[in-house]
Amino acid sequence: MIFYILRRIVATIPVMGVVALLVFSLLYLAPGDPAVIIAGESASTEQLEKMRKDMGLDQPLPVQFAKWIGKVASGDLGTSLHSGKKVSEMIGARVGPTLSLATVTILLSLILAIPMGIFAAWARGRWLDKSLMSIAVLGFSTPVFVVGYVLIFLFSVKAGWFPVQGFTPISENPLRFLRTVTLPAFTLSLAYVALVSRITRSSLLEMLGEDFIRTARAKGASERRVLLRHALRNAAVPILTVAGSAAAFLIGGVVVTESVFNLPGMGRLVVESVLARDYPLIQGLILLLSLVYIGINLLTDILYSVFDPRIRY
Amino acid sequence: MKHRSLALALMAAVLSGPACAETLKIVMESRLGNLDPILSASHQTREHGYLIYDTLFAEDAQGQAQPQMIDEYSVSEDGKTYRFKLREGLAFHDGAPVTAKDAVASIKRWGQRDRMGLAIMKATDSLEAEDDSTFVLKLNTPLGVVIDAFAKPSGVPLFIMPEAAAATPITEAITNYVGSGPFKFVEDEYSPGVKSIYVKNEDYKPRSEEPSGMAGGKVAKVERIERIEIADPLTAVNSLTEGEVDFMQNVPLDLAPLVEGNEEITTAHLDKAGYQYGYRLNFLHPPFDNKLVRQAALYAVGQKEILQAQFGDADNYQACGAIFGCGTTYESDVMADIAIEAQPEKAKALLAEAGYNGETVLLLHVTDNPAMAAVGPVMAQQLRAAGFNVEMQAMDFMTMLSRRASQEAVDKGGWSIFITSWQVPEVSDPVRSYMIVSEGTKGYAGWGDVPAIDQNIQAFLAEPDVAKRKEIAAEIQKIVYEEGIYAPLGQSSRLNAWTNKVDGLIPNGPTVFWNVTKSAEK
Repeated sequence: MIFYILRRIVATIPVMGVVALLVFSLLYLAPGDPAVIIAGESASTEQLEKMRKDMGLDQPLPVQFAKWIGKVASGDLGTSLHSGKKVSEMIGARVGPTLSLATVTILLSLILAIPMGIFAAWARGRWLDKSLMSIAVLGFSTPVFVVGYVLIFLFSVKAGWFPVQGFTPISENPLRFLRTVTLPAFTLSLAYVALVSRITRSSLLEMLGEDFIRTARAKGASERRVLLRHALRNAAVPILTVAGSAAAFLIGGVVVTESVFNLPGMGRLVVESVLARDYPLIQGLILLLSLVYIGINLLTDILYSVFDPRIRY
Repeated sequence: MKHRSLALALMAAVLSGPACAETLKIVMESRLGNLDPILSASHQTREHGYLIYDTLFAEDAQGQAQPQMIDEYSVSEDGKTYRFKLREGLAFHDGAPVTAKDAVASIKRWGQRDRMGLAIMKATDSLEAEDDSTFVLKLNTPLGVVIDAFAKPSGVPLFIMPEAAAATPITEAITNYVGSGPFKFVEDEYSPGVKSIYVKNEDYKPRSEEPSGMAGGKVAKVERIERIEIADPLTAVNSLTEGEVDFMQNVPLDLAPLVEGNEEITTAHLDKAGYQYGYRLNFLHPPFDNKLVRQAALYAVGQKEILQAQFGDADNYQACGAIFGCGTTYESDVMADIAIEAQPEKAKALLAEAGYNGETVLLLHVTDNPAMAAVGPVMAQQLRAAGFNVEMQAMDFMTMLSRRASQEAVDKGGWSIFITSWQVPEVSDPVRSYMIVSEGTKGYAGWGDVPAIDQNIQAFLAEPDVAKRKEIAAEIQKIVYEEGIYAPLGQSSRLNAWTNKVDGLIPNGPTVFWNVTKSAEK
């Protein structure tokens, strides 16, 4: 197992290299000029050319790429073209809110989605099943920003229970942290709940038709035991697969949710850096997010063997 | 019961955010990017600059230049030598006194960047400190705009920095944010894209005059200003109505009803002159390499329909055909009618006379700014109604800035028309305005080569008499319209909103926060 994990970690290196090359190429092929953005529209052509030279943007793309990748290899993600701050510092300052939002969202989603899926499978075809799956479809179909605005209107503007925007770290004030993260996490979790509850239901239904379930029932096992001990455990692999791959979906949702609730996280930083054509910052962020994605996939693979002892690496 | 009340009170105290009357929380129109107000002409960088830096002169509410850091100044009889003396007691935030050397270094850096500064530096023989508080500017030709340039509120205002910071090359951003203005920048708490913090400069010595426009006493009346970056306008409006922030610089018109009917919110247009929208044509390639076709385009496009699409209610805009803005010293009505109403028949006749063959007019359509996004479709339809073959390409404003730098033909990545906007003080005379620049391919995008414009600008620079300068400005306006260099699309100002706890905001182009108070309750 340890050898497998090490092999997978080593395998991420070429993947990250390809990601880096793709991100770099896409960025420099896209229209936009950081020098113009910094100086504004009144800068003369001469001034802009000098600025591009100072920023190293006048050099051939392969040279720029080689320099950047060399720095990345030595752990230096570079400096923001706009703020002059180190990219690693800027990302570091934004990790907390995003990590908090993602963690609360995943916890909230799993707490809600798995019981929803179990109940729906148990009540297959009945009103409870139909109601739960209708809620799931609604959650998946409603855009994140619509849910966000509606929740702000109901619970912040009308009821006054939660702040409209902002973030307090858990280390600063746990109660305020909960107030600032509840609505964004609920907003973001709706689609995730829909996805996981539907896959839980369908996986369970598939398992419930298997011979070993019939055997369990024939042995006199209670319906609860059949569902939770026998069917759910065997249905875990597809649920894990969906939960893991939905992380990418979660990252996309973070961008919108952080904007609507004004959370100072990495999602907003991605948007800001793209709009400002802050190349080193965009490259650093995409590399990190790719690493997170690869990490989640690795974790999912490891969890397969925990839930299904037949799987060995 | 008592215990329950106490518990509830404690809970409320824990859950609620810090309520401090001495902290003003502001949300500006867009995020603060670069922190160098000389390198960057961004309005948000300018607003940051006005909090922490001071200026030698400043425009009052009547648009007249008034001394700010300057105690007294004199001009020689031949108009070539200016002697300036700084006020006593001026100090930077680190305690160092503001000296004439700091002023000289700041002027020299600004003079490499600002259009008026470049004109002054071109005519400068020497600029030197005479002693700690006096510096002398010697020109090789008299200029009538020196004091106006030093007082200009927008474009690139002349902020005074320590000599070491001002020694930074103009293509690099400064890294020392020490100013001598009414507020200090708290660098340790700065989080780009999240918040910027300013605290009162207790040692600042404001002028004794009442504040007027950008001039007069700059008295910091709140202890701390928290500039919170909120990208989503609806979230910003909700934060304002819920009291989480105190001031919002720009309420989009579609969200205005949410604040205008709220008794706890005050709304106003602090910037009376507002923004001038306008467009320029590309002289280098067909069809606008033909003067008659350019004139046809100017006749085809009319402001009124465009302004209606942009701002709806007529109270929100002003039709204006004056190149240097309406309500300004150099406002002129010479040929101004050409920009107001669309005249498709006249445009058609000009196109026929020019022998227009249906060459593509590529309109760079900016979509990320609601006011600009509304211009493209209406303008394209007006041009089509006159017989132009128009293609629109949608892009964000920053991409447009890069794209319009291309001097290639339309089919090779070039363009025909771009739309932009300026705050009126930035275009209010021939020296400030980039919109009239016609210096060929080395000049501003559009690249018209009309030497008569520059000749008139030089005459304007040298002319001390305002009445004669007005005549020159009117002549420039005539040439601009005849040559089809630029046409304005009217004016509109943004809607500001603040909670009733806030008082003392000064009507101005730039949004400034000296003189502003915040009460605990109102």
